[in-house]
Amino acid sequence: MKVAYWPGCVSRGFTPELHGSMAAVAPLLDLELVELDRACCSGAGVIAEHNQELADTLNARTFALAQQVEGAELMMNICSTCQGAQGECQERLDANTEYRDHVNQTLAAEGLSYEKGLTNKNFLWLLVEEIGLENLKKKVKRPLTNLKVGPFYGCYIVRPTDRLGIDDEHPRDQYLHWVIDALGGTVIDYAGAYKCCGFPIITMNKQNSLKQAGTHLADATDADADCLVVPCPLCHLNLDLQQPLAAKAVDRDLAMPVLHLPQLVGLALGLEPKQLGMSKHVVKPTSVIDWSSAVVGAPAPAGRAGW
Amino acid sequence: MAEYTLKLRRYDPHTGEAPYYEEFQVDLEPHRSVLEAILQVKAQQDGSVGIRCSCRAAICGSCGVRINGRAGLACHTHLDKAAKTGVNADGRTILVEPMGNMPVIKDLIVDMDAVHWKKIQRVTPWLLAKEPVPEREYVVPHENMVDVTQTMACIQCGACVSDCLSMEVDPLFVGPAASAKAYRFVGDPRDAEQFERLKDLAEDPHGIYDCTHCFNCIEACPKGVAPMSQIMRLRRVASGDHHIEDRNNGSRHEHAFVKNIRRNGLLHEADLVPDSYGGKFHPRAVPELIASLPIVINGLRRGKMTPKKALLHEHKAPKEVKRIFDVVEGRDQRYELNLYISGTEDDESEAQA
Repeated sequence: MKVAYWPGCVSRGFTPELHGSMAAVAPLLDLELVELDRACCSGAGVIAEHNQELADTLNARTFALAQQVEGAELMMNICSTCQGAQGECQERLDANTEYRDHVNQTLAAEGLSYEKGLTNKNFLWLLVEEIGLENLKKKVKRPLTNLKVGPFYGCYIVRPTDRLGIDDEHPRDQYLHWVIDALGGTVIDYAGAYKCCGFPIITMNKQNSLKQAGTHLADATDADADCLVVPCPLCHLNLDLQQPLAAKAVDRDLAMPVLHLPQLVGLALGLEPKQLGMSKHVVKPTSVIDWSSAVVGAPAPAGRAGW
Repeated sequence: MAEYTLKLRRYDPHTGEAPYYEEFQVDLEPHRSVLEAILQVKAQQDGSVGIRCSCRAAICGSCGVRINGRAGLACHTHLDKAAKTGVNADGRTILVEPMGNMPVIKDLIVDMDAVHWKKIQRVTPWLLAKEPVPEREYVVPHENMVDVTQTMACIQCGACVSDCLSMEVDPLFVGPAASAKAYRFVGDPRDAEQFERLKDLAEDPHGIYDCTHCFNCIEACPKGVAPMSQIMRLRRVASGDHHIEDRNNGSRHEHAFVKNIRRNGLLHEADLVPDSYGGKFHPRAVPELIASLPIVINGLRRGKMTPKKALLHEHKAPKEVKRIFDVVEGRDQRYELNLYISGTEDDESEAQA
């Protein structure tokens, strides 16, 4: 399957392991990624806060570039903040012809035009809806047996449900649970799975931001998770890069590895932790790496199933 | 008829006993409301269940509760939908708890006065009229009143306050309902104190820049008020029209971010932090940069970032991106499309069909 691929900024900046692991996993899933290297930042909600039309025009440009990719079935991203920010702009652009024409006038100088109705999916949605869980299961070489994974959805790909197309037919707010399960892992339910990592206010109210991250990490620790998995690099920044400070903010000892979604998929598909950039994490994913080299496909020892 | 298990959180502070959960079986049609189920339990099984309600038609805003972990009106939630909501939903069990972020008075009744109403009062929720006050009515342009219509739909149920994730870690945060109420008057052309209202909310360390964009309030609101969108509009007017530089770095962060993308096309993280505090050499930035040094060193050591990557960000179409900034930011007025007011063409065509 060929997709117009929007990696976002942070996956090529402070979380390079995300971009690298997606590139490593794609061929194993028969995914051809055509990178939108002329597109720009989605604005992460901040440009929309500054000037709505500006955010809508910048993202309409990205959508128009995606629509120019020959043979691509849809646009895919690996950043839920981009999914949310772009989805908000697309909702306005698709809702009103007059407004779309107005935005397209600005794009015309570059010979671009956005046509209503682009499909833009986060890698998580694509895994479930396009590749399919049964297909994914068949590709698993090293099931995540006994690995206890806490899903961390964050905000932008679960809310608001109407805009994100979450309904009975597409319960996208449960997909991380399904993927962990399909890869053979154990899903850990904990209080923070759908809460905010706090990253958007890190420069405005650092203490509150770190308290949010620290609370969720502590909840996952108390629920006995081995690691968390995130579909958003900004969540990763607050949960992994800032984890030492988050631990101080909630006065806890924390050592919770946080994996990007393509890393978790890659491990189960047989890639090595190093190929997936797992040495680049601030919190060393020791428990995950030990698992991946020590208990490959081993049956669950008696008394240790679940938690 | 269908059978549902209503699992209620019971708590009466006067007894000195800890909260507990109690299950009741109810037999009602799937389209009946969660409130009807609670009232049936109260009438037929246990009269001591505490619930506040009045209109039963999603108008009075009295029966806000948490249903399977999400805030909403009990009278406005069908039993079948409630039983299907949430990861652990089994199509039969409905967990009903009191709203969050507010103290519990008894069972499902929370103290709205202690939190919600205090915050509403904090934003001066009345018109501070421009002088001279006309002898008869004010004449206000239609589009200005349409602009504040969305915030006027609020029924003060407190669902957004209940699920506000920022308030969970900072109970002093002004919060979604009060912020939406603030926009009601900030957007009203008859009000004389737009600047003062915004300055107050921007300067407050628990004010409009404490919101994390988590969308929980938008999801919780039964009336489509979208409090988070109103907070973004408050920020837009404060920073864009009044150039209010707050001590929380809210406005500086927004400007630093926008400039960063204009300059680089992609987010250049290494510049964003110092710029958000006024630039690398600004006295305000120095302590922040020193505080973030261990994080940066850790990142460099782990190979997360390299000096080259941090300092050089190439973009293949810098001129095209800059041109869009120039065109849109060069307009005399910001162009905003509010779908709450304009609706969508698809809805219109469905209505016609």
